[in-house]
Amino acid sequence: MIDSKLARVTGAAMVLLLPLAACGGGGDVSEDTYELTGMVTIDGSSTVFPISEAMAEEFQIANSGVRVTVGISGTGGGFKKFCGGETDISDASRPIKSSEIELCRENGIEAIEIPVAWDGLTVVRNPANDWATCMTVDELKRVWQPGSSITRWNQVRPEWPDEEIKLYGPDTDSGTFDYFTEAIVGEEDASRDDYTASADDNVLVVGVEGDRGSLGYFGFAYYEESSDKLGAVAIDNGSGCVLPGRETIETGTYAPLSRPMFIYTKAQALAKPQVRAFLQFYLDNATIFVPEVGYVPLDGERYTGLLGTLNAN
Amino acid sequence: MNGERFQPNSRRRHRAGTIFKVVCLASIAFSILSLALLLFDVVRDGAGWLSIDLLTHYPSRIPARAGIKSAILGTLWMMGLTAAVSFPIGVGAAIYLEEYAPKNWLSRILQTNIANLAGVPSIVYGILGLAIFVRYFALGRSVLAGALTLALLILPVIIIASQEALKAVPGSLREASYGVGATKWQTIRHHIFPVALPGILTGTILSLSRAIGETAPLIMIGALTFIAFPPMSPMDPFTVLPIQIFNWTAKPQQEFHELAAAAIIVLLVLLLVMNAAAIFLRNRYQKRI
Amino acid sequence: MERTPEPGGAGLIPASSGEEFDLGHRARRRWGERVIAGALFFCGLVSILTTVGIVTVLVTESIGFFREVPIMEFLTGTRWSPLFADQHFGILPLLNGTLLIAFGAMLIALPVGLTSAIYLSEYASLNVRGVIKPMLEILAGIPTVVYGYFALTFVTPIIRTLFPGTGIFNAASGAIVVGIMIIPMVASLSEDALNAVPQALREAAYGLGATKFEVSTKVVVPAALSGVMASFILAISRAIGETMAVTLAAGATPKMTLSFFESIQTMTAYIVQISLGETPHGTLEYSTIFAVGLILFLITLAMNFLSQKVTRRFREVYE
Repeated sequence: MIDSKLARVTGAAMVLLLPLAACGGGGDVSEDTYELTGMVTIDGSSTVFPISEAMAEEFQIANSGVRVTVGISGTGGGFKKFCGGETDISDASRPIKSSEIELCRENGIEAIEIPVAWDGLTVVRNPANDWATCMTVDELKRVWQPGSSITRWNQVRPEWPDEEIKLYGPDTDSGTFDYFTEAIVGEEDASRDDYTASADDNVLVVGVEGDRGSLGYFGFAYYEESSDKLGAVAIDNGSGCVLPGRETIETGTYAPLSRPMFIYTKAQALAKPQVRAFLQFYLDNATIFVPEVGYVPLDGERYTGLLGTLNAN
Repeated sequence: MNGERFQPNSRRRHRAGTIFKVVCLASIAFSILSLALLLFDVVRDGAGWLSIDLLTHYPSRIPARAGIKSAILGTLWMMGLTAAVSFPIGVGAAIYLEEYAPKNWLSRILQTNIANLAGVPSIVYGILGLAIFVRYFALGRSVLAGALTLALLILPVIIIASQEALKAVPGSLREASYGVGATKWQTIRHHIFPVALPGILTGTILSLSRAIGETAPLIMIGALTFIAFPPMSPMDPFTVLPIQIFNWTAKPQQEFHELAAAAIIVLLVLLLVMNAAAIFLRNRYQKRI
Repeated sequence: MERTPEPGGAGLIPASSGEEFDLGHRARRRWGERVIAGALFFCGLVSILTTVGIVTVLVTESIGFFREVPIMEFLTGTRWSPLFADQHFGILPLLNGTLLIAFGAMLIALPVGLTSAIYLSEYASLNVRGVIKPMLEILAGIPTVVYGYFALTFVTPIIRTLFPGTGIFNAASGAIVVGIMIIPMVASLSEDALNAVPQALREAAYGLGATKFEVSTKVVVPAALSGVMASFILAISRAIGETMAVTLAAGATPKMTLSFFESIQTMTAYIVQISLGETPHGTLEYSTIFAVGLILFLITLAMNFLSQKVTRRFREVYE
């Protein structure tokens, strides 16, 4: 009969697809002496994301039984999830606020802070922009402060061209936003609001790459990755123009935009063997992957020290 | 009769006709040209990245290592679960509306409601899924939540297509079945449904192929996390081909754009296969009434 | 013994068989029928539940929003900055972006779609139709994220070459691509409407000496006007609800502008942006998803109702 044959074929086709999905889970046969399994949930800063993504990728290659997810909810959004018990590790491009510590404590969570790298928050311009190669902190403040009416480059410095400034920056959930507003404008979260705000730094890179008069800011790794298509603005903090770079960030001469980046975890997460193993992997391999991704690693000894503290917890 | 003479103006009118025909042809050419340019753009960018590696690797920060394994498996999972939920409910609703419902104000409201649901933007379904499946039913950002949301999205289309298929069954078949004493359900199950099945399946497959390409509702459910593993259960986090394509397209590097194009080619091939299956089904079984 | 086929029986029972027909099955069968009918009714109910669900979710979460933001500010304010310290909740910039894209898309889709439909219905031979219709269906079946890719990697560079100074994110790119996406919808719905016009009308016009062009535009299209207008309205509704292409290509800056060469933000792109950033549940910012979603839903609902009404109102009934 038509119907039973058709039904059988269709049913078989649908059933065949699902085992295909199960096949995918196998992966490599790894030579671990003891198979780690389980999940590690990471969320938070999009600035720290490239590091965590690299660690997650490499860790999963070595431990195929573990599943690691990394999200980009923003530093603030990440903390809310972390304190709400939804994530194991929180990426942060600024230190945890006291209100966030409170929120965690309300849920019985003590956040454990682990610095992982240095970032030189980079102010970027389009490569065809050959006039704004160096700006003072004060000039940046005038452009970015709330209620700023600056819309053209010659309003910043009269000798600059009369071209429109197109602004790109992170949105308010971003730790980069918090840090930049505090360091440049002088007050956290104080910023004009008529710019292209995105939680996705890639959108900002594309924006600045595309428009001659554009100006934006984001983590150093995103600049490094596209440095052939972007120009960095040297920052003059009173003692001359300093470009972001490995050394200037490490020594802190790239001021005031050099900053540490963190990951936070908690005892409840460390109790899971796969999370602990992942964090050990993170700290063991930071000196390799942090520079590869484009940020500046801490001292090798610092990481060893942090590993020790981690193991003591 | 007044003295004015009727001016046929044939030549001018025919010339206007020819111009209009050219305009119409230009429109058709515009559509075809757009399609050709789109496919050309995608193939040109992505063909270089098509390889077994693309299908067997997970996403990576390094373009040369990146692949769509988790996305394809996520898509297959999503398709399977969505079909499992939407097919029975959609066909059931269509059977109810066509065979059981009395033609009164209630069924007219149901019918209008379904037509309206078919026109609601997919992102509104995403909002619904986020609030109800992810939050209220606490399914989290799982394959199941995504599948239920997509099922709701394509349900109106399945219902409408199935209704058409059921309507096409000749009334004589029903009458004959009742005539020999069969109950309503027996009639439906043994006589009406088998005849309508090819049309129903065609409609379902076409709806599913639309579901596969949906991005917006799934972004709201699943968000853009880095996922380098396939789902193992309906409660797992997931990514699907359209989300992976969106992710890579939004990156600034040219290599990721090309990867996105390669993933698009895979998605289009998948859609082509599904649509071909639907058309094949329709042609093969249509003659048999 | 005389046997007559019993209604509700399992089938034809040979009159000559000596077996007793089991009447007990009847009650069980009737109960089984009821269960099945009930299950099918529930399936039909799911669609009502969906609508109820959409309305409930959008309205109840929006109530929380409107408790904090006066509705007049929402509907008439011209600044939209819910995520910043200086919060403004005027939806007009988002509405502006949406309507700008929809308008641009219509400039392309309506003329091209309608003339394509006229060609397919009045001029084309069956062979030509057999080739063109599948192509239009393919155009309709391409996922919107692919159109977004096409907009960003192909259309935007062309626009920037033709119009230097256009931003890398711009409304034109989004509008063009959405327009192309909608053409098949306009074409196929209009063609259905044109096909439904009885041949007799055409024959009569030819009989009076009209050219094909005149018949098509002065007789057939006006006769099919209700269907054609309904197709336009549905297409606009679809353009308003479009998400992925505009998210990728049109930008993330809500602003009031009539320029196609600037970056804007549509209502749909805003909703996506918020869910990417995962604003926490229960906050005012989170509830903006539902307030904007409510407006979007109401607009598309109104347009769908309008198209149904237009179909009924202007429909010319032929015997």
